[in-house]
Amino acid sequence: MAKLQDTLLLYARYVGVSVRSQMQYRASFVMLTFATMLISGLEFVATWALFDRFGSLAGWTLPEAALLYGLVNMAFALAEGWARGFDEFGQMVKSGGFDRLLLRPRSTALQVAGHHVQLMRIGRLAQGAVVFIWAATRLQVAWSPPRVLLCLLAIAGGAALFSGLMVLQATFAFWSTESLEVFNTVTYGGVETTQYPLTVYRDGFRRFFTYVVPLATVTYYPALAVLGRSDPLGSSLSFQYASPLFGFLFLIVCLRVWNLGVRHYHSTGS
Amino acid sequence: MPVIAVENLSKTYWVSERAPGTWGALKSLVHRRHRAVEALGGISFTIQPGELVGYIGPNGAGKSTTVKVLSGILVPSGGAVTVLGRTPWQERAAHVAHIGVVFGQRTQLWWDLPVIESFDLLREIYRVPREDYRKTLDELVETMALSELLDTPVRLLSLGQRMRCDLAAALLHRPELLFLDEPTIGLDAIAKLTVRNLVKRLNRDQGLTVILTTHDMDDIESLCSRVILINRGKILLDGTLERMRQLVTTERRLVIILADESTWIDGVQARVIHRDGARLTLSFDPDQISAAELIGDITSHYPIRDLYVEAAPIEEIVAQIYQDTHT
Amino acid sequence: MRPYLAIVSAGVRVMLQYRAAAAAGFATQLFWGWIRVAIFGAFYASSSATQPMSLEDTISYLWLTQALLLLLPFRLDSDLVAMIRDGTVAYELTRPADLYWYWFSRTLASRTAPMLLRAGPLLLVSGLFFGLAAPDSLSALAAFLVSVGAALLLSSAFTMLMSISLLWTIAGDGISRLISMIAQFLSGSYVPLPLFPQWAQPALALLPFAGLTDTPFRLYLGHLPLSSFPTAIAHQLLWTAVLVLVGRLALARGLRRMVVQGG
Repeated sequence: MAKLQDTLLLYARYVGVSVRSQMQYRASFVMLTFATMLISGLEFVATWALFDRFGSLAGWTLPEAALLYGLVNMAFALAEGWARGFDEFGQMVKSGGFDRLLLRPRSTALQVAGHHVQLMRIGRLAQGAVVFIWAATRLQVAWSPPRVLLCLLAIAGGAALFSGLMVLQATFAFWSTESLEVFNTVTYGGVETTQYPLTVYRDGFRRFFTYVVPLATVTYYPALAVLGRSDPLGSSLSFQYASPLFGFLFLIVCLRVWNLGVRHYHSTGS
Repeated sequence: MPVIAVENLSKTYWVSERAPGTWGALKSLVHRRHRAVEALGGISFTIQPGELVGYIGPNGAGKSTTVKVLSGILVPSGGAVTVLGRTPWQERAAHVAHIGVVFGQRTQLWWDLPVIESFDLLREIYRVPREDYRKTLDELVETMALSELLDTPVRLLSLGQRMRCDLAAALLHRPELLFLDEPTIGLDAIAKLTVRNLVKRLNRDQGLTVILTTHDMDDIESLCSRVILINRGKILLDGTLERMRQLVTTERRLVIILADESTWIDGVQARVIHRDGARLTLSFDPDQISAAELIGDITSHYPIRDLYVEAAPIEEIVAQIYQDTHT
Repeated sequence: MRPYLAIVSAGVRVMLQYRAAAAAGFATQLFWGWIRVAIFGAFYASSSATQPMSLEDTISYLWLTQALLLLLPFRLDSDLVAMIRDGTVAYELTRPADLYWYWFSRTLASRTAPMLLRAGPLLLVSGLFFGLAAPDSLSALAAFLVSVGAALLLSSAFTMLMSISLLWTIAGDGISRLISMIAQFLSGSYVPLPLFPQWAQPALALLPFAGLTDTPFRLYLGHLPLSSFPTAIAHQLLWTAVLVLVGRLALARGLRRMVVQGG
């Protein structure tokens, strides 16, 4: 426990340093944050336009889909904000910057994450929150404490899962200098996919986003429980409540793989 | 107990090979061939507390591989290494908490922030207690004259100023062993002198053990009593600068400045290797004639304004050794 | 024959070097295509009302969007951006060539080749397996190709304007990203333009963005009849002319300002 506290404290310091660095270019920061917000806002306008034309999607109304959208985007924005360092990791390995992190007596994953905390993602976070709140007020949902808690858990689990994907992508930089765009596809494609109910997709897709990269467990299933919808795919309420945990599990697995990568780096250098 | 004990250290890398041309590129899609490259071929040495050792060799000789192993970044293929009582790659975190590393080419400071913020963050990373940190920082600011730099963003520092700050940053956790990798690269003459003086003082006054890798032979000459020369993964020499010289040549040089520019010197047991007006550089072999004899000989025959004995520049010696081992 | 063989072999080697990037790009577009086709299919299944475009046409439209994504103005010329950032763009004034057209042709070239490279395989695969229909007629195909050419000019003029805007603001990054997103949205890359609300249609038809992708795609599908081909092309070219004019004025202004201020 003391170790976790220690780690969180250091991470908080990293955040502070990033804030102060990025505030050196305040105008640019404000612009970028706004741009991020508007850009992700446009995505939602597209969703709105489709609901405006077709009325509903697989039995889901716009506010219901908006709730899903808000969950996914908040989770993704959090992950993008705090795990941006992993996104740039290939560059770090190439330039030898990773050696420096190995020369410090702290966990490498923590240092990579702290290396670049991207604040402008607040733009997407805010946009996701606005959509979520709009949806929450439109829906006839009794906001009981378990439901609120489930939403928070889903966001945290989702953030963990997306972070895991970024960690996994970064890990491959230990083996290959080619950037693996495939991961971006899974990550960004995953955001796009899980904004809509899982029933929309074919079996293969559903299985992929449930069992391989369990994105549906941090978005679709918790959303079902919050909305009180029955699942055409037949999941139970208890599974829906427990499902965000898979996000954390996924991150833990990815960090294990990361450690394998670090071990590989130890034996090969760059 | 030695600070560093290296025993029969070896490291082999596997490099993937690709045949040239389109066919090769296609073939490598399916099947890659690997070739072993021996970076270190069983080297051994020990370093005692308080030593300041120059670790030199041409590019690709195995220098950085050694330093990476000693600092815990790289796991070797064979051999035993003990640094400060630990095996570096087995207890990375514990190990690196007791060493400091400075890369001349790369700063470890946060680019957009005032220097002091980087220091504060490093305190957190290395878990240095607040009072110890205060004390160390005060000392470093004093010895390195940093007080005016602390509030400046790193990107605005000159290269020399940044190097001083980087040196301080590497010492905040009071390491017992310091690795310096090309610490004077790119610096102007004055900044070089400043850095060298700082390193010398840290070594002398605080007993800090220092390993210095560099291509600047002036660094070696002014700092190191001991040199380890490595090439192609083998240690060629481990000893004083003097011994390194002898490895190539015993030749010494006598520089004389004649009172009269038109004088011509001959009939002495030395060779004129360079002449620039009244200034002459003679080369002689101390085994055949001692410096005292030679000087006596010359001064009794020719009017001399000034003279001094010089060793062959270390640059030339090293260049000679590299050349010899490459052919 | 030998020199041509050498060129082909060199080309293959370069392509192999970028094989990972090319393959990944292809896989990405395919993946997104699947997702979007699934989503639109589900939307169509959810409503019994007749839509302004059939599901089959929409699917083809979606695949064309995926294949010709690089028609959209979101890749600034990184050399030009770097020169604007560090002020060396002022030295470009010493070139004998007209600065605007020099950079315009570079932009056009750097856009065309990769676009064709990426489009080919995806059009083929989606046409064979995933529901991209053949062009409505041979003349529709011809109209489509001409319109893609005009779209390339329009897109380059857009890109130029975005690069030039960097002369005024250091925060240009955000602005150019925003502009390119707006362009994507209003050109029908998120939602095909015919599916936008009815009240928005007149405005969408007037704006320049439709000319980037929507116009060529609808010519391909026959959704725009051949009779409207001349107006469609005129719309594209007119907007290109306007954007070029604005771009040239802005560039002259920006450079003068830069020279006066001394960078």
